[in-house]
Amino acid sequence: MMQDRRSSLSSTLFDVVVIGAGVVGCAMARRFTLEGARVALVEKACDILDGASKANSAILHTGFDAPVGSIELDCIRKGGEEYRQIHQDMRLPLDAAGAYVVAWNDAEVARLDTLLEQAHTNGISNATLVGQTFLRDNEPHLSDRALAAISVPGEALIDPWSAPYAYLKQALQNGAEVFLKCEVTGGGFAGGEWQLETSRGVLNCRQVINCAGLYGDYVDQAVLGQSDFLITPRKGQFLIFDKAAASLLQAIILPVPTARTKGVVVCRTIFGNLLVGPTADEQQSRHEASTDTVSLEGLMQAAIRMIPALADMPITATYAGLRPATEQKEYRIIPRPDRNWITVGGIRSTGLSAALGIAQHVFAQYQDWGAAHEPLPDPKVPQANILAEQGARAWRQGGQGDMICHCELVREAEIRQALTGPLAARSLAGLKRQTRVTMGRCQGFYCSARLTELTDGHFDIPLAKDIKHD
Amino acid sequence: MTDQIDVAIIGSGPSGLSAAIELKALGIARVVVLERDPEAGGIPRHCGHPPFGIREFKRVLTGPQYARKLVAMARLVGVEIRTSTTVVEARPDGKLLLATKDGVAEIAPRRVIYATGVRETPRSCRFITGPRPLGVVNTGALQSTIYLQDRTPFERPVIIGTELVSFSVIMTCRYAGIKPVAMIEANEGVTARWPTGLFPRIVGVPLHLGTRLSGILGNTSVTGVEVVDRAGNHRVIDCDGVILSGQFTPEVALARCGHLAVDAATKGPVVDQYGRCSDPCYFATGNVLRPVETAGWSWKEGRQTARWVAADLAGDLAPVGAEIEVVAADPVIRYVVPQRLSLAAGSAGMKHLQLRVTRRAKGTLVAMCGDQILWKMPLNARPERRILVPVRKFTAADKPIKIELKFIAE
Ligand SMILES: Cc1cc2nc3c(=O)[nH]c(=O)nc-3n(C[C@H](O)[C@H](O)[C@H](O)COP(=O)(O)OP(=O)(O)OC[C@H]3O[C@@H](n4cnc5c(N)ncnc54)[C@H](O)[C@@H]3O)c2cc1C
Ligand SMILES: Cc1cc2nc3c(=O)[nH]c(=O)nc-3n(C[C@H](O)[C@H](O)[C@H](O)COP(=O)(O)OP(=O)(O)OC[C@H]3O[C@@H](n4cnc5c(N)ncnc54)[C@H](O)[C@@H]3O)c2cc1C
Repeated sequence: MMQDRRSSLSSTLFDVVVIGAGVVGCAMARRFTLEGARVALVEKACDILDGASKANSAILHTGFDAPVGSIELDCIRKGGEEYRQIHQDMRLPLDAAGAYVVAWNDAEVARLDTLLEQAHTNGISNATLVGQTFLRDNEPHLSDRALAAISVPGEALIDPWSAPYAYLKQALQNGAEVFLKCEVTGGGFAGGEWQLETSRGVLNCRQVINCAGLYGDYVDQAVLGQSDFLITPRKGQFLIFDKAAASLLQAIILPVPTARTKGVVVCRTIFGNLLVGPTADEQQSRHEASTDTVSLEGLMQAAIRMIPALADMPITATYAGLRPATEQKEYRIIPRPDRNWITVGGIRSTGLSAALGIAQHVFAQYQDWGAAHEPLPDPKVPQANILAEQGARAWRQGGQGDMICHCELVREAEIRQALTGPLAARSLAGLKRQTRVTMGRCQGFYCSARLTELTDGHFDIPLAKDIKHD
Repeated sequence: MTDQIDVAIIGSGPSGLSAAIELKALGIARVVVLERDPEAGGIPRHCGHPPFGIREFKRVLTGPQYARKLVAMARLVGVEIRTSTTVVEARPDGKLLLATKDGVAEIAPRRVIYATGVRETPRSCRFITGPRPLGVVNTGALQSTIYLQDRTPFERPVIIGTELVSFSVIMTCRYAGIKPVAMIEANEGVTARWPTGLFPRIVGVPLHLGTRLSGILGNTSVTGVEVVDRAGNHRVIDCDGVILSGQFTPEVALARCGHLAVDAATKGPVVDQYGRCSDPCYFATGNVLRPVETAGWSWKEGRQTARWVAADLAGDLAPVGAEIEVVAADPVIRYVVPQRLSLAAGSAGMKHLQLRVTRRAKGTLVAMCGDQILWKMPLNARPERRILVPVRKFTAADKPIKIELKFIAE
């Protein structure tokens, strides 16, 4: 194939280009790299995890309520298994909180049997039915209105950002390349090779995997000229309560799910807070994840109904995330062998749990087409930054410099480190995801000023400008 | 110097430093101030404007001058100030876990004084609608960025609120050449005392009363705010930043995540008239007691608290025992501090209970015990203004009763 050298972004002919650095794309880049492929990951934002993966409930689901026989279920199961295998070596947290799917009224109680049956069919054999007394003994702060529940001990809490960062770091340390601020805009396929057009130039590869999340249909449209699905973002808003509230709950409290959503959850977070959410509202915008007063007040009421003691707890943060929902609940993993293209779309509500499994699934698909690589014999294993509240965090050690963020106990050295390397934070949002800075109860009241200094020259949009004194 | 710390003070703002200085004056051997910032002085360090120091030094100083003066005085009298030292856990019996640049350490002083001050509530607590762009800040973040970093996050912000601190915002903006495009207040009048209310007009910042912030616009940076007036009309004000001023709340994380009782009304620790917390090893002073007072007031409180702590160390303080409980039992009454009155202490300790109202209130303040009216007094008050009620009005009781404060409108 002819190659336009002037506009070429890299001289490498990649085996695989992964489009989108959400949790799915990061896991994909890691899997293909470990299997021996030459991988490039392209992301249009300046920091990774800027789409659907920026805000979720951070639960490692078991798949107990996933549709029987679905690809989603298979990927959640495999993903959870792999996470459990790798998390210690990569220093990724896992809080085995367990969950109760709580029935709050008789109608919901009536649905528990079917749900339990589904859990067992899905291979979650340790799911059991528990009664009101059991709930009271184990979760004394839960409202008396909790009538019964299914206990799902395998549901766990993880860090929504450290995990994908670690996946991508492993890919990069083992030879993959990442191109940020690099939007895929089109491309051509000929002679078994893709010429992908991006905002930074052309990339050449044999295989493309579209993991563009909220823009998965757009990318298929732009490059293939067709998409088999339409994304309608489904927004979920959250409330985060003060760390003091985390002691009110041990397990994850899930509602009895409906066809549309997994419903409003209450759980601790790996960062030591208490989370309530998400709501579920469809919208057109694919990037505007705004909160609104009415929904937040609704969540507040819901939270207090479930755990009355929350009435006296201050709010630390509010945020919203967008689920890449399509016409169907099932993942839209669409292989196009004739064009060396796999669309991995519509990873709506379980992508964090399933990402590693989705990557396995897609790699298996790719291999079926006859691609042959030598898996890396001895891949490097990066260590994630320790951000979990219970972990051996940097603030406990000496030699890490000043405490910058007093609420989340983030040291200067952690911030400086997050501002360097191939995944250096280019925005406050990116820095937050890598360090937790400003995510605590004061939301930047105490540390914003120091951050303007530390981040000076690092961010695309600076936090502040020098004052011009006349 | 002995190893045993007599008093550890958490926070080096006006109240913490004045407590420390007074403790030394009272002959307490080892007084240590623990400050998490690299420099001591508290909030005044970044209030680059006057007036500070009138009560303390009979002079008009800027915040930083005032803070430096207090710090120098404290050092002079032998107070040990440990900066870059964060108290991360406050445990029963005064045991503190510290994080310093060298790692973690534990100390076990004989007494601890909480002097951690107040901060403003962030956007999240206010449930403001809209995306979450950069450029939405509290006064504290703005002032420290401007006065300590010589930087500004924006050039044409909107100021939300008309508390005293909102006028500091205007001064801070003027210093940095920032031109606020509007000042917005949900109530019908300016919260701060007249004639401060004239100030924005004098300096040319349009003041919108009876106007509520209904949303923030802009995905990466602020592009405007949506406001709604009395009549329910929405409109957009173009701006490149939002300053959420006021709505103070005590910085009480240590107590909330630890073992000390926290009052749902003040959101500060529950104290008796000595400022003694639910664990009698701990005392609290200054703005952490309640939102919000001036530096001078906090300084005065610190000095008083020092006397009670010194007395306690000498075994001269009335022990914790039967207590009267005082609660704000009316939506008009926002809080009351102290929340407990030790019967044994009687009218020793604080001379006044401090109250605030939630809205303009003209009528009668009534103290009830069950159905019985204990006493009443006329009340004519506005929000965010200090209301003082003599403690002796309460301590006449000789039983551990619960006194509920109510308001009867005129
Ligand atoms: C409210 C909420 C709660 C959730 N809770 C959970 C949970 O508890 N557990 C769980 O497992 N899952 C949960 N999820 C689901 C999970 O967050 C998603 O499934 C997952 O984030 C989807 O990731 P993705 O990589 O497919 O998409 P994205 O994160 O959207 O990644 C796609 C990336 O592609 C980039 N991109 C788009 N177009 C282009 C282009 N043309 N060129 C280059 N790059 C492009 C985007 O910038 C983006 O970074 C939740 C989701 C939400 C919204
Ligand atoms: C933005 C803002 C502007 C203000 N402007 C004015 C003004 O112009 N004039 C005025 O009179 N008053 C002003 N105030 C009121 C102010 O609270 C008082 O002036 C005064 O600073 C209160 O003194 P303090 O000692 O109680 O607390 P602070 O001055 O707040 O000092 C508390 C100290 O405790 C430290 N601290 C907190 N937690 C820990 C911990 N865990 N470990 C170690 N150290 C800790 C903090 O770093 C801080 O230095 C303002 C307040 C704010 C928030």
